[in-house]
Amino acid sequence: MALIELDRVHKVYQMGDVQVQALAGVSISVEKGEFVAVMGSSGSGKSTLMNIVGCLDRPSKGRYLLSGRDVSRLDRDALAEIRNRTLGFVFQNFNLLTRTSAVENVELPLLYAGIGTRERVARATKALERVGLGARLDHHPSQLSGGQQQRVAIARALVSNPQVILADEPTGNLDSKTSIEVMALFQELGKTGITVVLVTHEPDIAQYANRVITMKDGLVRSDQTQSPVEARA
Amino acid sequence: MSVWQTIRVAMRALMRNKTRSFLTTLGMIIGVAAVIAMVAVGEGAKQKVEDSFAAMGSNMLIVMPGTTTSGGAQGGFGSMPTLTWDDLRSIQTEVPTVKAATAVLRSTSQVIGEDQNWTTQVTGTGPEYFDIRNWPVSRGILFTQSDVDAGSKLVVLGQTVVDKLWGPSADPVGQSVRIRNIPFQVIGVAAKKGQSPMGQDYDDGVFIPVSTFRAKIQGGLKNYINGAIMVSATSADATSRAESQISNLLRDRHHVQAGTDDDFSIRNLTEMASAQQEGTKTFTTLLAVVAFVSLVVGGIGIMNIMLVSVTERTREIGLRMAVGAKPSNVLVQFVVEALALAVNGGLIGIAVGLIGAFVFAAKAHWPILVRVDIILLSVGVSGLTGLIFGIYPAYKASRLDPIDALRYE
Repeated sequence: MALIELDRVHKVYQMGDVQVQALAGVSISVEKGEFVAVMGSSGSGKSTLMNIVGCLDRPSKGRYLLSGRDVSRLDRDALAEIRNRTLGFVFQNFNLLTRTSAVENVELPLLYAGIGTRERVARATKALERVGLGARLDHHPSQLSGGQQQRVAIARALVSNPQVILADEPTGNLDSKTSIEVMALFQELGKTGITVVLVTHEPDIAQYANRVITMKDGLVRSDQTQSPVEARA
Repeated sequence: MSVWQTIRVAMRALMRNKTRSFLTTLGMIIGVAAVIAMVAVGEGAKQKVEDSFAAMGSNMLIVMPGTTTSGGAQGGFGSMPTLTWDDLRSIQTEVPTVKAATAVLRSTSQVIGEDQNWTTQVTGTGPEYFDIRNWPVSRGILFTQSDVDAGSKLVVLGQTVVDKLWGPSADPVGQSVRIRNIPFQVIGVAAKKGQSPMGQDYDDGVFIPVSTFRAKIQGGLKNYINGAIMVSATSADATSRAESQISNLLRDRHHVQAGTDDDFSIRNLTEMASAQQEGTKTFTTLLAVVAFVSLVVGGIGIMNIMLVSVTERTREIGLRMAVGAKPSNVLVQFVVEALALAVNGGLIGIAVGLIGAFVFAAKAHWPILVRVDIILLSVGVSGLTGLIFGIYPAYKASRLDPIDALRYE
């Protein structure tokens, strides 16, 4: 059974009097441990797809099974719980809390999972060590470079041991050298069995994935498996 | 997520922006400080009035003789003696609500000590006087009924008179003073009583037995009391009843026809005191209302900043939701932030208010009275304002859509 299973998913937005069809029946299945890049121009529906896969939004029509569970009709609280336990997010602009240490930033998902202070700090420290920031636990975002900030964000996505990490243009604000470093990190995660779904519009970045899905006008235009380029920092 | 963790998250969020948190709290600090200081000062004023009335005497009534009318000009109360010594005895024996009553005759006279003299008020009265006025001696003893019966030349001095004749620390008991050239033996000094509500110095006077007063100082009329009668009722509640009973008794004794005016007047000091107290109470209430209004303004200030804060932290809220915060977690966090601001403001306000009140008391020589219930009330009210004015911004935060919130610039 696939980890992510989208079955003819539609998403319609009401924009005033006009109905905008962002997804027009998308069916995708992603297996555990896959590294999927979703590409497409703006307005192709790739962001909407990410929001639905990330349980931030619900499909208007169709079904979404996440590790066998139908999550397409759950309420806000239940979705929050799934995001907390099963998913991890990495954003283009990092979205770290300012004036807050790296450890405290990484702790955040555990806080909402109701985990005690000592375990939280231990796990956050371990996650930061895993992304190579073991020496910068107490640094605030303003004291870290862009690449380091994105690693903190990745550590935050990892800390709750999610099954899927969703990355929305994670290299959009990084230079090419740091981008490669971050992609290397994602490839490494893929090898440990974590599924990575990454949205990008840069083919350079997509080449590091082992599967590329291209969206257009709310539909999947192509879906190709490839042998990924090894990211070497 | 536990309550404790939520509180810690909220406190961390507040600490991340210390200046803004402090400025937000300022409204609350000023509001609570105003409540505490105003009430302390107001209560102090009330206490001052109560004390000065208590100094006048307890449950006291003063019966004054009537007026004269000569050629159409009406004299004031006391201008014609209408009260007799028999009236006094009737009041003492026939009115059940009267605890004690005595005549009070007054004259201004020069009192001569060893090498100083002082012009003061000489009061001729009975031993009951000191009981009615709650007035003990600080040195020596008071004269007794047998001294009055014997017409002894004994005197009890007020502290001011002692100060003027011998100096503050002197013990004049056993010395002799001359009043109208008649030597009186000093047997006691009345304890310092301070000022009347109208600013008159109670301690500037001397007291001698009423019989001696009539025989040596001011003869006057044989049957009539050339002064007033001072009465104390059995209790504070009984003063009004005592007043009407004395009034009925005197009207009866003086054969005053129904429908005509009394030929005497009775002053109820307990009533005056409570009227004064009502006045200061109104004053205190007014101050408290003004202060509580400023508390509400402080609360609105908190709401303003919390609304700004929610807008400013939209992305943070979006992120918290993305990593698993439920709407209720966000709601509680922002309510707790508002509550923490308000309660901290309240606590600082209490400190500032108390300091302010004590500084005011020291500088203005004004008594203050700190009321614990008002302090507790202030903390409660500031917490409540934080809660009330925090709920709306927090609700707004919790209703945000995480997708929009994350994209907010």
